[in-house]
Amino acid sequence: MTPRRNYARRYVWFVVPAAFAVVATILFPWLFTIYVSAFDWRLGGAREWVGFANYTKLFSDERFGWAMLRTLLYTAMAVVFPLILGLVAALVFNQKFPLRGLARTVFILPMMATPVAVALVWTMMFHPQLGVLNWLLAQIGIPPSMWVYSPDTVIPTLVVVEVWHWTPLVMLLILGGLASLPGDPYEAAKIDGATALQCFWHITLPLLAPYIVVALIIRTIDALKAFDTIYVITQGGPGSASETINIFLYLQAFAFYNVGYASAVVVVFFAIILALAALLMWTRQRVKQ
Amino acid sequence: MQGIKRRDALLGALAAPMVVEQVGAQSAFDWKRFRGERIEVSVQLSPRGNLLTQHNREFEELTGIRAGVEVVPEQQHRQKIIIEYASGRPSFDVGEVSLHVNKRQVGRARWNTDINALIADRTLTAPDFDFNDFAQGMREYATQADGRMDTLPAFADYFILYYNKELLAAKNIAVPTNFDEMFDSAKRIEDRSRQIYGHVGRGLKNANVVLWSSFLLGTQQRDMINAQRQLITDTDDAIWATRQYQRFLRDASPPGSIGFNWNECQTTFMQGRAAMWIDGIGFAAPLEDPTRSRVAGKVGYALVPRGPVNHHCALFGAGYGIPENSRKKGPAWLYLQWALGKQMQLRMLAAGAGVPARLSPFSNEEVIGQSRFPREFFSTLQASGRIARAGLPEILPVTEFRDVIGTALTNTIGGADPVAEMRAATAAFKPVLERSEREG
Repeated sequence: MTPRRNYARRYVWFVVPAAFAVVATILFPWLFTIYVSAFDWRLGGAREWVGFANYTKLFSDERFGWAMLRTLLYTAMAVVFPLILGLVAALVFNQKFPLRGLARTVFILPMMATPVAVALVWTMMFHPQLGVLNWLLAQIGIPPSMWVYSPDTVIPTLVVVEVWHWTPLVMLLILGGLASLPGDPYEAAKIDGATALQCFWHITLPLLAPYIVVALIIRTIDALKAFDTIYVITQGGPGSASETINIFLYLQAFAFYNVGYASAVVVVFFAIILALAALLMWTRQRVKQ
Repeated sequence: MQGIKRRDALLGALAAPMVVEQVGAQSAFDWKRFRGERIEVSVQLSPRGNLLTQHNREFEELTGIRAGVEVVPEQQHRQKIIIEYASGRPSFDVGEVSLHVNKRQVGRARWNTDINALIADRTLTAPDFDFNDFAQGMREYATQADGRMDTLPAFADYFILYYNKELLAAKNIAVPTNFDEMFDSAKRIEDRSRQIYGHVGRGLKNANVVLWSSFLLGTQQRDMINAQRQLITDTDDAIWATRQYQRFLRDASPPGSIGFNWNECQTTFMQGRAAMWIDGIGFAAPLEDPTRSRVAGKVGYALVPRGPVNHHCALFGAGYGIPENSRKKGPAWLYLQWALGKQMQLRMLAAGAGVPARLSPFSNEEVIGQSRFPREFFSTLQASGRIARAGLPEILPVTEFRDVIGTALTNTIGGADPVAEMRAATAAFKPVLERSEREG
């Protein structure tokens, strides 16, 4: 027996508590969810083994399909806009100007607010007759909007809340990247007569790419998981116009008590998130190289 | 939670002689037999839940039992108790059950103990409990098909017509007695330039089904399932109800009503922006609060208008039950006797917190006379009791029913064809109902 193996055997017991915690809180729930997804089971009713039937039903369920499309649309918008605005904000806050510290603090305030509280405040502001947003529009002569009270505008409006809430996080991540950029390339570019735009495009952006990809990964996973604000503001409505996968899942599990079917949704949705995360991680590696 | 106001204290003082009388009558009954025990109570966040927490000390002093009262918002509470019941070890000893949503589910699984057995137990039931004081309709509402009564009825919630007296008087309009009159009145009152609308009502899916059923209850068919327990939501009567729903919500309500639940409707009505609103009587209290409402003192209360064939108002309600697995059924039963006793039910009526399941509060003229609610409120409430009919079908997947039908209704507000929507929704829900009927 080598000394190295002795070492491993001696300390293996130190791993046990953590391993137990992982098995109990992550692995077991996962295996149980997969197991339950093979049953036709309504809470309070009988359980019947159906194998993959819940999965086949899922892929022919039009409502699931629409929920998936809405989730992707919402995610795309809730990732792209905070990234662009966060990048711009980071570039601005990277400059020196009076009261910059105060301005930064004010800018990151939304991020500190509780999502449910944020959602309740926005709900009041969106009210078509009594909300402050339509009052503001009226002051500048713009006709009122239906905001979350119309199937046509509900998703973009929910994205506005998400952008307001999470752009500061993107800004902080990119600002951290900007602070670590070397000064030499800029000096060399200046000597060569590069414009500010050229510096940004050919130096800043490529050097910031790893940070932007990290922000992209975090935002994508966050946006895919979005539930609280959507549920509080619209509960998936009007009709099903803002029913994303998470709302669909919630309804199946906790309103209709279709535990088996909801478990199948969880498994499929997790696989999608995993695939997307893997794709983004791969992109990050490529960018680094 | 609202604090106790001077008016409430006065009402309490008025009711005090009754308490003394009760205590005298119960002197032989040992309320303190479970002294030192602790029970957990889980109820919905509502004026009724608030009353229980406000007066919890009274129960603790009466019995020596400590009661932890958990108050959870309505929708989350319904989910929470079902999940806890299904786990086999609910954390509560007394739980509120929405009869219009969970009655069948709780009954089928036999999650609660049969209250009839507890009532019959003379050693555990106070002599003045007076089960016959509970309205016959409420007793039937709380009784399962097999005769078990697994909740003690707590309150009823009738749908009534709230109207803004000022707005109706300004156009010299009488309180409508049928839906055509109501629609015409709403259109006459409407003044979009001032953001005044004739009507406001629930448009949000799921929540909106109970408004639609208020129209359906006036038809020949009245119900959503027939005697054979088959779905009948695509019939001529159901389509008629859908057209009514569509015209009120699309043509006579504020823009954006498609996303309104009761709270948005209540706010709109309280701000004086809507002349008429059909909804539960339990939402009356804030309307008469001058610190929150611009229409306090100007609210009229009337029966839901008559339909073309029948005249009913939608009935919803809740009961309090004791889980079969509770180890503290005795203390929990004492809690039910107190929480749904004559005194607490009188408080419920006086506070406008809902319609008590007991009859005796309605005969207490003194307390009614001191209430901040006008006489019209109490007379509407009593008259509604005579025409009340279940506003939702007594089926297991009632939430799914509300979701599917509710989505179709919401679509009609957007301009979709009521016939196509109701046919599609009925076809979508039929297999769900058939399956649940086979199992249940």
